[in-house]
Amino acid sequence: MASVIDERQAEIAEEFAMFGDWMEKYEHIISLGKELDPLDPEDKVDENLIKGCQSRVWLAAKLGGDGQVVFTADSDAIITKGLAALMVRVLSDAPAADIASAKLSFLDEIGLHSHLSPTRSNGLQSMVKQMKLYGLAFTAGA
Amino acid sequence: MSTIDVQAIRAQFPILSREVNGKPLAYFDSAASAHKPKAVIDAQSRYLAHTHSNIHRGVHALAQEATEAYEAARETVRAHIGAASAKEILFVGGTTDGINLVAQTWGRTHLSAGDCIVLTRMEHHSNIVPWQMLALEHGFDILVVELNEDGTLDGEMFEAHLARKPKLVAFTHVSNALGTVNDAKHWTSRAHDAGATVLVDGAQSVPHLPVDVRDLDVDFYMFSGHKTYGPTGIGILYGKEAMLDAMPPYRGGGEMIGTVSFEKGTTYNELPYKFEAGTPHISGGIALGAALDWMNGVGMPALTAHEHELTQHAHAQLEGIEGLRFYGTAPCKAGVVSFLVEGVHPYDLGTLLDQLGIAVRTGHHCTEPLMDKLGIPGTVRASFGAYNTVEEIDRLAEAVERAVSMLR
Repeated sequence: MASVIDERQAEIAEEFAMFGDWMEKYEHIISLGKELDPLDPEDKVDENLIKGCQSRVWLAAKLGGDGQVVFTADSDAIITKGLAALMVRVLSDAPAADIASAKLSFLDEIGLHSHLSPTRSNGLQSMVKQMKLYGLAFTAGA
Repeated sequence: MSTIDVQAIRAQFPILSREVNGKPLAYFDSAASAHKPKAVIDAQSRYLAHTHSNIHRGVHALAQEATEAYEAARETVRAHIGAASAKEILFVGGTTDGINLVAQTWGRTHLSAGDCIVLTRMEHHSNIVPWQMLALEHGFDILVVELNEDGTLDGEMFEAHLARKPKLVAFTHVSNALGTVNDAKHWTSRAHDAGATVLVDGAQSVPHLPVDVRDLDVDFYMFSGHKTYGPTGIGILYGKEAMLDAMPPYRGGGEMIGTVSFEKGTTYNELPYKFEAGTPHISGGIALGAALDWMNGVGMPALTAHEHELTQHAHAQLEGIEGLRFYGTAPCKAGVVSFLVEGVHPYDLGTLLDQLGIAVRTGHHCTEPLMDKLGIPGTVRASFGAYNTVEEIDRLAEAVERAVSMLR
């Protein structure tokens, strides 16, 4: 049975397949960035900051009573923020163990994998690493 | 009216015919690295295919031809920057490598606790970190010349620092982030009056301006091959002969030695070989010579005039965009236009421009102390080379407008 994470990835791939060109894709990502719920002020702190050379990402994680991990994120760059929103959509509200072992393929499928490359240094790659570490930590703590 | 035949120049750069993201490439990142004309590519591949051998230590024909070609390139460099002797021209890895060489040899033997040196706010990390590393060990102070609003050096502060009798004054000829052209001759003369040794970083000047090291009277000057239409991994450190002669060697190894003995100690080679340990980047050196020949073929005054026109045009085209602010508005600028648009992150703008086939650089441009002082995360920087056209700049301005309307 496909995990909730894989289902969400498939959903995003389908959603992006509707766009005709890169411009529509980016417009969508930008609007996702604009719509992303803001971080609680107490979470927008240096301890939650993932510093990229090009843009900065904040990531906070909480373990819900139901054993699901809840992620919230923010970025100073709107495209990074939109991509962070996609990461949150895929990985938040999922079991910690599933997050730790998740294989993220949707950026490949929607043709935006280059944003995850370390040479972009936008903080997204470190964000994914950090999300998985949270998954691992919450699994161990469970 | 352009001063050079840009289309004829563009035809010499194979990479300019490729597309990026389905659009013709408009390359505005020459300050990071310039593209290579066919003359340079051919010189390097001809050497590798036809002439290659190790240099300086062979009696066979290829060794001699390779040595002659490499030393001819050194002479080309000497003539290009007006040095008195080829002994003053050291092949190094690049500007960064050249500055590290000076820090680790001259710096190590001249700077100690209680001394001070002068740097400026607009330095590239390459002209900051080697001195900070040495300062940690040797305990000297680093004084920083701050900038005026337009991105020029604060002359009063510069003078005040000079009054403290620094041992070294090290500054960039042209700012990579702001484009400011500093009056290298004036500040070299003032620093000498104060008794300082002077190092000038020429990474962003040699690609754009005629440079004469004897006229400037600098003690050390360095630049990178890959920004002057040549290969990566090769660059030049110029030093006055007497200074280089007095400096201890940097790296030990082959080529830099006179004789090597376990019993009697080792002696060192004469200039410039004393500083060129190991087999050098021979093909790079030869291609760098070809690159300077190519620039001289275009003509340095024509090149400077063309790039000045591009810079002016970029300012004129971009300034109408709502919320756009330039960083670096000095009266004398070379090859760089740096800007931000209110409410738009440089990363976002750079990403969308890339989708439109336009290559700009975003971020702090390896000048974090400058960006921190300006209170910004970085800028969007368009930088120009011989091959850029006013039409490309029009495309840039349209693309910026389009991207900004998407991002706001």
